[in-house]
Amino acid sequence: MITAERKPFDEIYAMTEGHDKVLVAGCDTCVAVCLTGGEKEAEILAAELRIKAKQDGRDVQIEHTAAIRQCEWEYLDAIAAKVEEHPLVLSLACGIGIQSMAEKFAPRLVMPAVNTNMLGMPQEHAVWLERCGACGECVIGDTAGICPVVRCSKSLMNGPCGGSHDGKCEVTTPEKEDIDCAWALIWDRLKAQGREELMLVNRPPKDWSKSSSGGPRKMVREEAKPV
Amino acid sequence: MSATQYKAGSNLEKILSEGKFAVTGECGPPKSADGTVIEEKAKILKGFVDAVNITDNQTAVVRVCSMASGIQAQQNGLEAIMQMTCRDRNRLAMQADILGASVLGIKNILCLTGDHMSFGNHPEAKGVHDLDAINLIKMYKDMRDEKKLQCGDEMDVAPALYIGCAENPFGDPFEFRALRLKKKVEAGADFMQTQCIFNIPKFKKWMEEVRAIGLHKEIKILAGLTPLKGVGAAKYMKNFVPGMDVPQEIVDRMASVEKGPPAQAEGKKLAVEMIKEIAEIEGVAGVHLMAVEWEIAVPEIVEMAGLLPRPAVA
Repeated sequence: MITAERKPFDEIYAMTEGHDKVLVAGCDTCVAVCLTGGEKEAEILAAELRIKAKQDGRDVQIEHTAAIRQCEWEYLDAIAAKVEEHPLVLSLACGIGIQSMAEKFAPRLVMPAVNTNMLGMPQEHAVWLERCGACGECVIGDTAGICPVVRCSKSLMNGPCGGSHDGKCEVTTPEKEDIDCAWALIWDRLKAQGREELMLVNRPPKDWSKSSSGGPRKMVREEAKPV
Repeated sequence: MSATQYKAGSNLEKILSEGKFAVTGECGPPKSADGTVIEEKAKILKGFVDAVNITDNQTAVVRVCSMASGIQAQQNGLEAIMQMTCRDRNRLAMQADILGASVLGIKNILCLTGDHMSFGNHPEAKGVHDLDAINLIKMYKDMRDEKKLQCGDEMDVAPALYIGCAENPFGDPFEFRALRLKKKVEAGADFMQTQCIFNIPKFKKWMEEVRAIGLHKEIKILAGLTPLKGVGAAKYMKNFVPGMDVPQEIVDRMASVEKGPPAQAEGKKLAVEMIKEIAEIEGVAGVHLMAVEWEIAVPEIVEMAGLLPRPAVA
């Protein structure tokens, strides 16, 4: 799923400057699962903003709402009336949801209250790990179900670099410690599958035009279009 | 061997092709537009090494580019091995730069992945990593041998390149390390320089794996050594440099002597002992001396190791 983290409170609060009616809009899909932007988090953020505004002696009306999914037009219809009462919307959805809102309700001001960070999974409670780079050409069939594009810090396609040590990646910082070397994981799992010969294949340069390097992507499913 | 049979005809290629024990050095370009640094380092190393690696933003720290510094080294009589990392350039830039370098007389190229940006002075930089080092080797080989750009377009004049790669015998998974070198040989690497060796028994074990699959006959292997200036350097290498394997006994040996000149003398002595031991290993074609910011030690080490004079090749 898509994961996001709430922006620092002060940054969000600064967005409300000069506004007297503000709506905090949550999204009850991905960002709700990662405990960042669901209805509950929207309610909490609205309350925090109200307290701060009151402390500052500002007369601001701050409400909250949530869509089932901000990234789909039909779910936005459900919150349209509420949105239209507010000149400023602080969206807690991922970047897709925020843009959908900004487009649907243009030229109303829709501002991001989160930083969208990855396509990840909850490895354990409250810990999410990046799993997919949406590169447009999946290779994990040959890499034992482990993505080298985002799980290798250098997106290597032909095995580990010289910095792989005891199963760990050379990239470690206080914020990013304990990163597994994707290619060490791939090697171990391919061996367990009896398919380690796949590691010996020299993979050609990847076609990055299928990723965001090729420009904004568009997917059309002709067969699914209404007749 | 006539000149026409060489891939690039560099001094390094000729020495290795003739089966002579090669010695390469390393120069890090300066972190400013100081034109004297490479000149000075070249003066120190000239006549004591067969070619010198010119690093490419080593440890992800901005320096004078390896092409300019490589050309400057050659202008000062020292053949360059231009390093090229996949971190800072995409395939267009890597091809454009090698064509330019070739036009200006660079013949040896070392293809590297590159240390991650997080180690350097621009940790917020976007890493390119369009190709990996193996893709890079293959691309340069096809440019040289097929006169083809990576996209398949043909070119009129191919760059004459002696293509190198690096390998870390101390990286993990250990059992894949020789196989990774095999992939680089298949991609087209002509010579290889290892990461700094301090753990000789482990290097010997790795060379056994290399020989078991016959790679020592397909690629010229240069063993990387870093002379230690003192116990501080030993500890730093052991604890902070990724992929480094420094046995405690080496740290203890450097700690057993006084700091300053006695430690430096011990560091040189240790390097000479290691060169002699490594030169005996079947399949080792030379040594690569990475005297980081201690180039001045190289002439003495090479002399003490009995590797002078350096062979003159036609």
